[in-house]
Amino acid sequence: MTDLPALSIEGLGHSFGPRRVLNNVSFSVAAGDFTVLLGLNGAGKTTLFSLATRLYVQRDGIIRIFGMDIRERASECLQRIGVVFQQPTLDLDLSVEHNLFYHAALHGLSHRETAQRIAMEIERVGLADQRRDKVRRLSGGQRRRVEIARCLLHRPRLLLLDEPTVGLDIASRQFMLDHMRRLCREEGIAALWATHLIDEVGEGAKVVVLHKGEVRAVGAAAQLLGQTRTPSMRAAFESLVQEERAAA
Amino acid sequence: MTPIHYLRCFAGITTREWLRFLNQRGRFFSALVRPLVWLAIFATGFHFVLGVSIIPPYETYIPYEVYIAPGLIAMVLLFNGMLISLSMVYDREMGSMRILMVSPLPRWFLLTAKLLAGVVLSVLQAYAFLLIALLWDIVPPLYGYITVLPALILSGLMMGALGLLLSSAIRQLENFASVMNFVIFPMFFASSALYPLWHVKEASLPLYYVCEANPFTHAVELIRFALYGRIEPVSTVVLVAATAIFLTLAVYGYDPAKGLMQRRAAE
Repeated sequence: MTDLPALSIEGLGHSFGPRRVLNNVSFSVAAGDFTVLLGLNGAGKTTLFSLATRLYVQRDGIIRIFGMDIRERASECLQRIGVVFQQPTLDLDLSVEHNLFYHAALHGLSHRETAQRIAMEIERVGLADQRRDKVRRLSGGQRRRVEIARCLLHRPRLLLLDEPTVGLDIASRQFMLDHMRRLCREEGIAALWATHLIDEVGEGAKVVVLHKGEVRAVGAAAQLLGQTRTPSMRAAFESLVQEERAAA
Repeated sequence: MTPIHYLRCFAGITTREWLRFLNQRGRFFSALVRPLVWLAIFATGFHFVLGVSIIPPYETYIPYEVYIAPGLIAMVLLFNGMLISLSMVYDREMGSMRILMVSPLPRWFLLTAKLLAGVVLSVLQAYAFLLIALLWDIVPPLYGYITVLPALILSGLMMGALGLLLSSAIRQLENFASVMNFVIFPMFFASSALYPLWHVKEASLPLYYVCEANPFTHAVELIRFALYGRIEPVSTVVLVAATAIFLTLAVYGYDPAKGLMQRRAAE
């Protein structure tokens, strides 16, 4: 199973009524890869995440999680996925701990197992002292850390993170990026990190450029620089978007 | 996923509903105050206006307060059913619904678990009302407190399932006010909660048929009979059927392939 890509998307398309928001999207994320899905607002990133988490059902194309078609084996696929949505999803009136217990229960974890994992994950994101605080009392950065801890509770092998750093200060953003890269490197977790912030593309990262629902380029950051003959990721991205405009 | 996973998931959903309920103590008191206002003011005012002849399950003339008590218990369940709906719409707006929806367990189970968790709270509030109603001399036979339990559960399930169905169709929290106007009030007033249906039949035959078709009427009658240890078979069948229909439609509404979620995203 580990030889199979953590996420494989082939010919994915999606429309909302007459509006085509994703068109023939194909790429894969291997185990241990930190892959950045780079695209402007409205590029189709959130729709892609909604399809990969089965909030919407795809009709065109195939999404496979470790080789399993999500349409046919949704439950097994969702067991292996951890998600951080763009929109905050914590219950503000519950404590950090209760939010985490709720998530673990939805994945069928036992109370004892959950308590151990919560202690570990909450420590890793530096919120051990806040575990009994209501989420409403936490800062935006702390809430995101709770969401990161939560998405790891059921030991997923693939993380889908939809613009997880939006609205965070520089320190919180850097913490999130470092934490995620460390998880990929040390624990072999695959991560698909959607963002419109070009500076979140690290040197070693694999990049998928999504623009107006279409994949414009896939490859390591250095490869894209070579391919576009540009000195920086920002210039490479602009070049890829302009190419699309010229073609249009 | 094994049965134990399902059980843990159900326990998690129920615990969350409990915690939220405990965080909103005002919700408990308002759920009780509403029917008590009806009992203390409306029933007292109409005590001598509305005469209730001897109708089953009663074996003698009864005060009006005793007649409307089952309707007020059903009112507690109805408002709680709508609170399940409100909670689902709120969860969707606040984003926490997504966490539920990306759980590996099937959606029909998640929705049913949410429904059952809400029904547990509804039944407890109904019993709390029955306890306070003793102050108004509403004293069913002792066994009635036990025999009413299945009726409370079935009625709670029906109204909770209706709440779930509505939540799949309501787009925004702001639209929830219309539920009051178009669901709660018509269901309550076009029923046998406040007046026996033979009274309604004499006054208006079309309204009588509406009341007969209203599942809320059957919840009221099931509770009324169950309080005296009797089963109302027609009401039982209607409530089981209505629960099954509402829940099936709610599951359809939350199905990503067929339901309203996808259509809503398109708008």
